[in-house]
Formats: sequence, C-alpha cells, structure tokens
Amino acid sequence: MRARAFALVAALLLALQPAAARAQQLVADLSEHLIAITTGFSGTDVLLFGATEGEGDVVVIVRGPESNAVVRRKSRVFGIWINTNQVTLTGVPAFYRVASSRPLGEVAPPQIRTRHQLGIENLRFGTQRQRTPAEIAEFRTGLLRNKERAGLFSADVGRVTFLGPRLFRARFQLPANVPTGTYTVETLLVQNGQVVAAQTTPMLVSKIGIGAEVFDFAHRHAAIYGILAVLVAVAAGWGASAVFRKS
Amino acid sequence: MIDIHLPIADVSLDLLTLLAIGGGVGFLSGLFGVGGGFLITPLLVFLNVSPAIAAATGANTVIASSVSGVLAQLRRRQVDFKMGGLLLAGGFAGSGASVALVSVLRQIGQIDFVISLSYVLLLGTVGAMMFAESLRALLRVSAAGGVPARTKLHQHTWLHGLPFKTRFPRSRLYISALLPILVGFAVGVLSGIMGVGGGFLVVPAMIYVLGMPTALVVGTSLFQIIFVAANVTILQAWTNQTVDALLAFLLMIGGGIAAPIGADLGRRLKAAEMRILMAALVLVVAIILAYGLIAPPVDVYSVSEPS
Repeated sequence: MRARAFALVAALLLALQPAAARAQQLVADLSEHLIAITTGFSGTDVLLFGATEGEGDVVVIVRGPESNAVVRRKSRVFGIWINTNQVTLTGVPAFYRVASSRPLGEVAPPQIRTRHQLGIENLRFGTQRQRTPAEIAEFRTGLLRNKERAGLFSADVGRVTFLGPRLFRARFQLPANVPTGTYTVETLLVQNGQVVAAQTTPMLVSKIGIGAEVFDFAHRHAAIYGILAVLVAVAAGWGASAVFRKS
Repeated sequence: MIDIHLPIADVSLDLLTLLAIGGGVGFLSGLFGVGGGFLITPLLVFLNVSPAIAAATGANTVIASSVSGVLAQLRRRQVDFKMGGLLLAGGFAGSGASVALVSVLRQIGQIDFVISLSYVLLLGTVGAMMFAESLRALLRVSAAGGVPARTKLHQHTWLHGLPFKTRFPRSRLYISALLPILVGFAVGVLSGIMGVGGGFLVVPAMIYVLGMPTALVVGTSLFQIIFVAANVTILQAWTNQTVDALLAFLLMIGGGIAAPIGADLGRRLKAAEMRILMAALVLVVAIILAYGLIAPPVDVYSVSEPS
C-alpha cells in the first residue's frame, strides 16, 4: 500500500517537472534515508522506488561504508590449526546487496558488470601490500564466504519490480547486525547493455536512543564509563544477594 | 524471542538466551568460586559477539556474580580476607609483568598457539591430578564406612617454610606470607597472557599449594576475583571501549540470581565431592580448548576489521 503511494507520488513529481528536467531519464528515492537502530532493532526493510524515462533495465546496488579487512588463513601445523598467512584487503564495503529487473547476465555484458561491480563476484578490492593475483583471488574468496555467512553480503540478486512500463521498486532487507555508517544506494538504468543513467542516494544507518547514548558515553568518557560499569556490577551482585536472602 | 540490540557489541541477541547464559555461569561461580570468564567469552563469541568485546564484557559480568557469591560465603564466615589480599597483591604484580611478557612474545611471532597449547597442558594436568586425588579421598571415606579417615590438614612442603611466616587464623594455617603472593603472581602472569581471570587456576593452587580448607577456598577466590575483574573492566573500557554495559547487565541479572543457588548447593557437598566436580569442570574446559586446537575450523579463512 505504502509502496503504491510512493510510486504515485514519484509519478506525479515526474509529470509535474518542467520540460528541461524531464530529460532526466531516471528518478529514484528511498522510503527511509535514516535507519534508526534502537534497542529493539531486529532488522528492517528498505524500499526503493522510482521511475524511468524510456525502456531499459534497472539495477540497484546498496553498499555500506568501506574499510580495510584483515583476512587470515589457518593451516594445519603438527595437527593444530593456526593462522599461517594474512592479507589486508582495502575498500571492502561493510554491506553489499544488488537487485535487478532481469538476471544480471542478461542485463549487461561482463565488462559492464565488472566496471560497475554488479554482483559479489565483481566486487573489487585493493591490497595494502603488493600481492600476486592468485593470492588476492584466494583471500578474496575467503572474505566473500565469511561476509556471506554473516549475512552482510549476498550472492543472490534481488528483484526490481516494474509497476507498469515506467515505475519500479525494489525492497532490501537489512539484517539485525547491519553495520552503522553512511551507505550509498546506486540506481542504474541499463539500455542495450550500456548504463545510460545513474543516480546515487545516500542512506544513513545510525544508533538512536538509549543504545546510542551508551555508545557515545563509552567513547567520550571512557574511564568514567568503566568505573560506572564496575559500580553497576557491584550493586547488581549485592542486590541479587539481598533478594535471594529474603526469599 | 525478545531481541535486544546491544550498543557496543552491535548485535541483536535474545533476552532469554542471555539470562540463561548469565544464570549458568553464575551458578558455577557460586558453587566453585571460579569467575566464569572462561565460559562467558566462548559462549558470547558463539553468538557473534566479537572476541575482544566478549572478553571485556565477561569481566564486567564476573564482578556481579563474584560479589553475590562472596556475600553468600561471608554470611557463613567462609572468606579469608588476609589470604585473599596477599593473593591479590601478587596477582596485580603478575598481570602487570604479563603485559611486558606478552609484547616480547608477540615480537617473536606466532606465539598464540604455543599459549593455547600450554594452557591445555596446564589445565589437563591440574584437572587430572585433582580428579585422582579427590577420587582417592572419596573412596577412602566410603571404605571407612562413611567416617572420613583422619589425615593431616595439609601436606607441609619446603614452600610453607619460606621466610615471613604468618598466621592465617581463618584458614588455620601458619605459612610464609610469600607463598600466597607467589601463587597470586604466577596466576596473574598466566591469566594476563591467557586473558582470563584465572579462578580455576587459583582454586586448585589454594587447595594443593597453600593447603587451605576447601570450604574457605570458594569465598576467598571470589573475593580476589572481584578486584581482578574490576581492574580488567576499567582498563578495557578506558583503552579499547570494549565493555558492553547493557550486555553485561543482562548477563548479571541471570548470574546474580543463580550464584547464591550455586553457593547453597556447594555448602551441602562434602569437600572431596566438591573437589571432584571442580576437577571435572577443569578437565572439560581443557578438553574443549584442546578440541578447538585440533578440530578443523568452520572456515580456514577468518576476517577481522582493524580498528
């Protein structure tokens, strides 16, 4: 229902735009730009909706904030599993999802999929030190597997659904462990295997409420936080003991 | 399922699961006088909390169950403050020394598995010896028709004869004051390296090295663990911001309720029964750690984000 309303608003906006602006081939927006992680947060859905001018496929990419990731490999030494090698990959998004109106293989040729990093197999990472391509490929696979297991990356391509010839929408599920930070949601319009229009929308995932205040306090007044944590623990132990003695 | 998002750990966990973990650890803590950090950390890691946050938050939780357990023991006057204080003094010096030692070990590199391995061997040996000793004691009791055989309170070794001999009226001991300090120091070094409170190293040491009565060991161990855990909590919160106060509080509720129940059960057990259960626990931990070393990992690749 809400999706319909959004789509309607989008269509109206598009229709009311002056002729010059109508040359814009792609308009898209999110149902929410701020994802609030409260104490009761257990994941949420984000809806992207928009309209295209003319024919084509729509691909949506959600990327979390980038950072470095240290990938370690264990091997067996004298019967014991220990970390024997590590590679630091750079530019690793904290979160990655992709959705498309048709299978990615039919939408765009390999070089376009590589250039725009469509699908986890096309994600590009750098390394902190010079590494052989074989080494990078190996640790990259390890990283993708770990991220997928944590639910932060997905090899599945979500669906972009067209409501009529021009309006489209896509739904993304953000899991409970969605990392905080500034996300980018990139919408691409692809015609005959070429990206003809693109739009990037920011999305902020942020802690709100008591959780956010605890986090802020823990970082701003770290020593006081530590002492308070100890005092609370002593009081809790004392309280539990007193309650138990009475009953 | 009541999911609660934890502000520092950054994961959502079920409230009842957290209460149950806190309760289980609190129960063991009240019964045996161990902190329970060695149990909380792996359980939280299993629930996707990062190891650093799990360990620091575990230390915070241990304070509550230890306070609750000490108060229960104190009502029965089963705490030797003098002994606990000396152990603690040695413990702080030992954990300070371990910081320097750890940085040396890091420079040598690839030392993690050496630590784990020595830990497994240490716990395995301590657990097996304790198990054998308490089993013999139990068999002696039943052979004597339920009447405990009269033995010496404890074995005197050359260690007890070191200088600065002091009376410990509560433990009914007359031993060198250096001994508890040395025991505390050794445990402090080990626990500093391993990152655990060391309750289940200090408890066997109190029984077999110091020769303290089993009944007094639980309360005295918990008494000194309060300070060790408080020290870790403040240092971790201050330098690494890895203490999740909400997570710790939820675990404490379970622990605070269960620790007196454990202490109550402990009071009804015979000293040898208590020791054999403790030995079994130490052995179980050693086996779990050993399994962790030799079992094939879920994934040979692991990922961590540098802070």
